[in-house]
Amino acid sequence: MRKLDTAPRLSDPDAVFAALAEAHRGLSPEESRRLDAALVLVLANHIGDAEVLHGAIAVARAAIHAPAAWGDTAGTVP
Amino acid sequence: MLSRWTPPRYPFRPPRELEAEAQGTAPVHHPVVIVGAGMVGLTVALDLARHGIATVVIDDDDTVSIGSRAICLAKRTLEIYDRLGLGQRVLDKGVTWKVGKVFHGSALAYAFDLLPEAGHRMPAFVNLQQYYLEAWLVEACVESGLVDLRWKSRLVSLSREEDHVRLEVETPAGMYTMTADWLLACDGARSTVRAALDLPFVGKVFRDRFLIADVVLKGEVPFPSERWFWFDPPFHPGQSVLLHKQPDDMWRIDFQLGWEADPEEEKRPERVIPRIRAMLGEGIEFDLEWVSVYTFRCRRLERFVHDRVIFLGDSAHQVSPFGARGGNGGVQDADNLAWKLAAVLRGTAPPSLLGTYDAERIPAADENILNSTRATDFITPKTEAVRAYRDAVLQLARDHAFARRMVNSGRLSSPHCYAATPLSTPDVEAWAAGPPPGAPAIDAPVADGWLLERLGGRPVLVLFGAVPDPALPGLATLRLPADGVAAERYGALAGGAYLFRPDQHVAARFAAPTPEAVASALARLWGRVPAEGRIAAA
Repeated sequence: MRKLDTAPRLSDPDAVFAALAEAHRGLSPEESRRLDAALVLVLANHIGDAEVLHGAIAVARAAIHAPAAWGDTAGTVP
Repeated sequence: MLSRWTPPRYPFRPPRELEAEAQGTAPVHHPVVIVGAGMVGLTVALDLARHGIATVVIDDDDTVSIGSRAICLAKRTLEIYDRLGLGQRVLDKGVTWKVGKVFHGSALAYAFDLLPEAGHRMPAFVNLQQYYLEAWLVEACVESGLVDLRWKSRLVSLSREEDHVRLEVETPAGMYTMTADWLLACDGARSTVRAALDLPFVGKVFRDRFLIADVVLKGEVPFPSERWFWFDPPFHPGQSVLLHKQPDDMWRIDFQLGWEADPEEEKRPERVIPRIRAMLGEGIEFDLEWVSVYTFRCRRLERFVHDRVIFLGDSAHQVSPFGARGGNGGVQDADNLAWKLAAVLRGTAPPSLLGTYDAERIPAADENILNSTRATDFITPKTEAVRAYRDAVLQLARDHAFARRMVNSGRLSSPHCYAATPLSTPDVEAWAAGPPPGAPAIDAPVADGWLLERLGGRPVLVLFGAVPDPALPGLATLRLPADGVAAERYGALAGGAYLFRPDQHVAARFAAPTPEAVASALARLWGRVPAEGRIAAA
């Protein structure tokens, strides 16, 4: 049984971000959406562990519902 | 006009070339002419002066750089200025900082500390207006007695001859011609020298515009001496904002505007003041010092050395400002070139040593361009798909360290390790710690000051513990204990020795330095082919 690992694991995170951005070059928004879906499916298969996948889904859902901002202070430390 | 400081005006003095011109005699010849008395041109002039080399510097203006120029001096740059004698002055006037904070919305996404350990003479960063640095560099150049600064002197044309460069210069008192063994092009992103040689300067333009404002804040200011970066803050929704503190209560604020913004319209105080007011809140009084709107570029020359013309700083390579890699990269160009050019002019190193300026500084420029490009692409996503990734990273960063590592508001300037340089001698033994050959020296406290102060600007062999001194003529040595902070940082707790170049980068390291091995590494760092056979036979 493996738990989702959210500790930093990438030796060059900027390169990974750049590779993901590059994968979308020249695609329409609809194509981009399908590319991301295909990518998730390929990676889910590579992980090969439903529990890890459920953990990842939970983290991702929590992230998109995190408040984009809280408080209404302007220019002060939150 | 600046509100807090009156920039010096430097007088034009007719040079002797004008007399030679009038009398029709042959042009005056100089070993080195530097085009551009900005931060990089003045730095390389002063560095050459410290190596005993006289230079002529021409500049079409008669004062320092005013406006939104470099402000963040990185640790390695501070160490270079310390070697040149300006370090304490920069520390005394500048704003020292090492913490950066990144906000998403109005919430802190994460904070980073650029120099978490103590025991370094120089901090991670000092913010200082470029005009102060340039004014002090001018003073130091004049004091050296080796720098002939010629203001109001504009390069009109140049031609490359067999073994020299010929320049035509326009001044208020007429035109003159001079010749030089070497011409150093330090004339910035719109380099006249580069245009005269018709060299392509290729790269990319980022489709975005940024408002850069220098603002004097009065009274209680709610920001510490840290670098603060906001993605999508409530006071500037959908865009990013960067804030830096400078001396004299001056603050640098960058507002991302988007590609559609009208640069002329956005410069008007009626547009700028409400943006700043929204950021600061109602309670803080401020004056606008300088405002400009920029589009950023990343590009470089294919090569920096073109026969006897050598490019340094923005004339050779240009980056976006995220990461403070423009000014710092240029100063490190100067640091790399000065000792090499001085040795070639003295005849103690072969002219091929200058080729290693290309071999070392082109990869450094590429590293700066790569980091600056990635940061700008993160700040200005090119497509909706990438913006979704970017926003997901920021949202995940609240709770997850892995995402914090992906947040890219600028990877701040760090010195390049010359990993593949021909001037390094590869390790013979395995080293578990310490800077490898090609890396810059790591500072450490030593008995009477700091390690980097003791290295200075010449080759030095640092001996840790009781390893024997190879006692080579002309090579300075420094012996340090094998149980101190320095030995720990250099992985030399069991002894060993490091050979440093005049720019304080590691040339070689030895578990047990023999005279033959050190002599060979020393010859190599000066660009002389080590005579392996002769040493083996000796």
